[in-house]
Amino acid sequence: MNFAMTPEETKTAPRSPAENAGTSAPQPQTKPAATPAASTAVPALSVKNLSVFFGKHQVLKSVSLNVEARAVTAIIGPSGCGKSTFLRSLNRMHELVSTSRVEGDIRLFGEDIYSRGVEPVIVRRRVGMVFQKSNPFPTMSIGENVVVGLRLNGVRNRALLAEQMEKSLRMAALWDEVKDRLNAPAISLSGGQQQRLCIARALAVQPEVLLMDEPASALDPLATSKIEDLIRELRKDYTIVIVTHNMQQAARASDYTAFFYMGELVEFGPTAQIFTSPKQKRTEDYVTGRFG
Amino acid sequence: MSTEVATTPVSPAPTAHRQGSGTRVGDTVFHMVCLAAALAVAVLLALVLWQLFKGSNLALKQFGWKFFTGKEWNPVTGEFGALPFIFGTIVSSTLALLIAVPLGVGTAIYLTDLAPVKLRQPMTSLIEMLAAVPSVVWGLWALFVLIPILRASVYPVLKHWFGFLPIFQGPIYGIGLLTSGVILAIMILPIITSVSREVLRSVPNLQREAAYALGATRWEVTRIAVLSYARRGLFGASVLGLGRAIGETMAVTMVIGNTRYIGPTLFHPATTLASGIANEFTEATTDIYLSSLFELGLVLLGVTVLVNILAQVMVRAFTTAEARRVA
Amino acid sequence: MNVTSGNHKFRKAKSLAMNGLCIACAVLVILPLGMILFYLVQKGASSLNRAFFTGIPKPAGMPGGGMGNAILGTLELVALASCIGVPIGILGGVYLSEYGGERMNTWIRFWADVLNGVPSIVWGMVAYTLVVLPMKHFSAWAGALALAFIMIPLVLRTTEEVLVLVPRSYREAALALGLPQWKAIVRIILPTAMRGIITGVLLAMGRIAGETAPLLFTAFGNTNWSHHLGEPIAALPLQIFSYATAPADDWNRQAWAGALVLVAMTFCLSLSVRLFSAGRFQKNT
Repeated sequence: MNFAMTPEETKTAPRSPAENAGTSAPQPQTKPAATPAASTAVPALSVKNLSVFFGKHQVLKSVSLNVEARAVTAIIGPSGCGKSTFLRSLNRMHELVSTSRVEGDIRLFGEDIYSRGVEPVIVRRRVGMVFQKSNPFPTMSIGENVVVGLRLNGVRNRALLAEQMEKSLRMAALWDEVKDRLNAPAISLSGGQQQRLCIARALAVQPEVLLMDEPASALDPLATSKIEDLIRELRKDYTIVIVTHNMQQAARASDYTAFFYMGELVEFGPTAQIFTSPKQKRTEDYVTGRFG
Repeated sequence: MSTEVATTPVSPAPTAHRQGSGTRVGDTVFHMVCLAAALAVAVLLALVLWQLFKGSNLALKQFGWKFFTGKEWNPVTGEFGALPFIFGTIVSSTLALLIAVPLGVGTAIYLTDLAPVKLRQPMTSLIEMLAAVPSVVWGLWALFVLIPILRASVYPVLKHWFGFLPIFQGPIYGIGLLTSGVILAIMILPIITSVSREVLRSVPNLQREAAYALGATRWEVTRIAVLSYARRGLFGASVLGLGRAIGETMAVTMVIGNTRYIGPTLFHPATTLASGIANEFTEATTDIYLSSLFELGLVLLGVTVLVNILAQVMVRAFTTAEARRVA
Repeated sequence: MNVTSGNHKFRKAKSLAMNGLCIACAVLVILPLGMILFYLVQKGASSLNRAFFTGIPKPAGMPGGGMGNAILGTLELVALASCIGVPIGILGGVYLSEYGGERMNTWIRFWADVLNGVPSIVWGMVAYTLVVLPMKHFSAWAGALALAFIMIPLVLRTTEEVLVLVPRSYREAALALGLPQWKAIVRIILPTAMRGIITGVLLAMGRIAGETAPLLFTAFGNTNWSHHLGEPIAALPLQIFSYATAPADDWNRQAWAGALVLVAMTFCLSLSVRLFSAGRFQKNT
């Protein structure tokens, strides 16, 4: 098994004045700071006692964890354990199902995303998402797909849009491949390219956190490794939460790992620790392949 | 199969053999009967073309292409030009589409994405019941309910605000071209709505989610992820509606006024291909008159068949593309 | 560059406005249905009495009279048209589903759909030349033929769509039992699909019951009872048409009553069809 970068290495990443990349222990007891300027670390996302219900059926049971800023947190577990639901609750996407109900607290850099006055539309702009199956808008060109989020937010200036388009495509490691055909239809790209396009599209609106729901599961190994390289690059500037059923991928690409089972968070910690010396027996059984 | 007694000890052999030839006859006969029935489609097609061409032969020979450009339809002088009918058909159908397509697509959006789930099927069924109302009943209702309302409340307002346009000037009769457009719109709403609904439902949910994840509002999701994705299918739905509107007879006959010339305004009475035939067929006393009516029928048939083929091709292309994409 | 959602309030308002517009569309679409039902009952119910159902039209201006002959005429025409249209339609549907090659069937299906879009008045013209001209007068035969022309492609397609839903394993089981193919179809497949087939037939019957245009110059209408099928025959839609367009108040009133009866007939039919077929053959929603 390969091991990802240890949490220590993330400390050397460049930081902006707005945030502190702290070394908070990934145990679910850290209190979120009131203001970003405080010296205590502000987790990108702090989840407290989150329970999600679809109708009468409870899918997540009282999950609590902190997602560290500028790190990659992987969510692993067997199918049906609630990892996708957990991911979707981080940007209020589960609300598209009319019978869904949420209890508990989720804070994005200290701000409660479920409080009364907060619009899901704004949360989703700040917390972006990339899906398992790439879904570029087929009636739009490559370039139009990238900037569609910006357009929605009222950005009209062409120069600005072009600049942001190039920036996002470069960040998604797609610029060189498409710079000559930005007007081509988005669906003319290969599967792996389309997925990177979706990543560029998500990045263009400058989210604070990027959620990825099994982003490489529909791709061939070459495209998959490109995505993983991309995640490693993006980690320098973005907080990433990635759901994956591929344990090797979690071990390779993430700093922290959360293991879910049957709607509960069983264990959460630095990736190295989860995979070499897990504290819970269930975790050990899963990572050693005894089930799942 | 041999009829000689086999050395097999099993007795059913002879019976099976007898059943054998009887079976083949039965199969063949049934097969042929079913084939003949299926070929009825070809027969009907040939029949309708043949009879209409035969009936309009006289007029075709006499008028040629002038039939389509002639503005004069005069049974007394024997001068028959189809332009008033073609004009009325085009305008009334276009008006119907202008009204029905936005309403139908808007309703389809409501039924697909906005309505509470429990309400969706009942409302869809209600709209399908609209389609079951016979044309003559719509005409009756239009004559005694719709026209008084339009004449008293809607048309004067139109004339007041848009009277600078020549099409909204002149006396308001109540019956007329605009009214026929309105009643046609009501009649084609069910098909446009239900086909649009099917088209919108076949848009993959993943597209909607992509837009939501970017922080789009509900309407923006509909606009970006649903409507533009589905636009070919929606266009096909509109063309289907157009096909219906062109062929509608009774309701139009009852409200359009049935004049034989092209009126100057939208409030003025007019006539369409179908309503013209309905109105004058039993009054056609001369051969050339009847033949000209048959030629109107031929034009009507040609236009509806072409429009319907176009619509079928478009809607089919969209829904099969969807099935292939999802698979 | 900071991408804020500064225009968020505007976008939210726009979203609400557009969604409101869609709701308004739905209301506007349902409104005519409500209005029609309301007016049919309000204007027509008062004229429904025994005389209406059993009597025949009185001359304009004279009160009373009924549409008994028209109601009976419609029933006769539908029955006659069904005798021609239903067997051909069903057997044709059987062919498309059970026999035939891929290419030919695609063509037949395509042209059947095209035929379904032909305006009904055109069928009246065809029946006119085929029956009325040789006979030199209008008749129930001509009217029924015109209606049958409409029925055939309709029943053909609905029958095929239902038969295709019958699982292949039924056919294989029947053949494996030694049944000849035609018996397998008639004894096993058709009965299995019978509910859906009957649904299609009833819907087609409801559709032709409401048709007026093809009858205008075939059945033509009759102010009296028809005594044999070679005579012109009254039909409910025809009667409604002539009563509605006549400048006589009493006749207008009766037109509403006739329309109420016609709509009641077709609505009851589609309602019972819906309940009837809600059982086994639910089309995918």
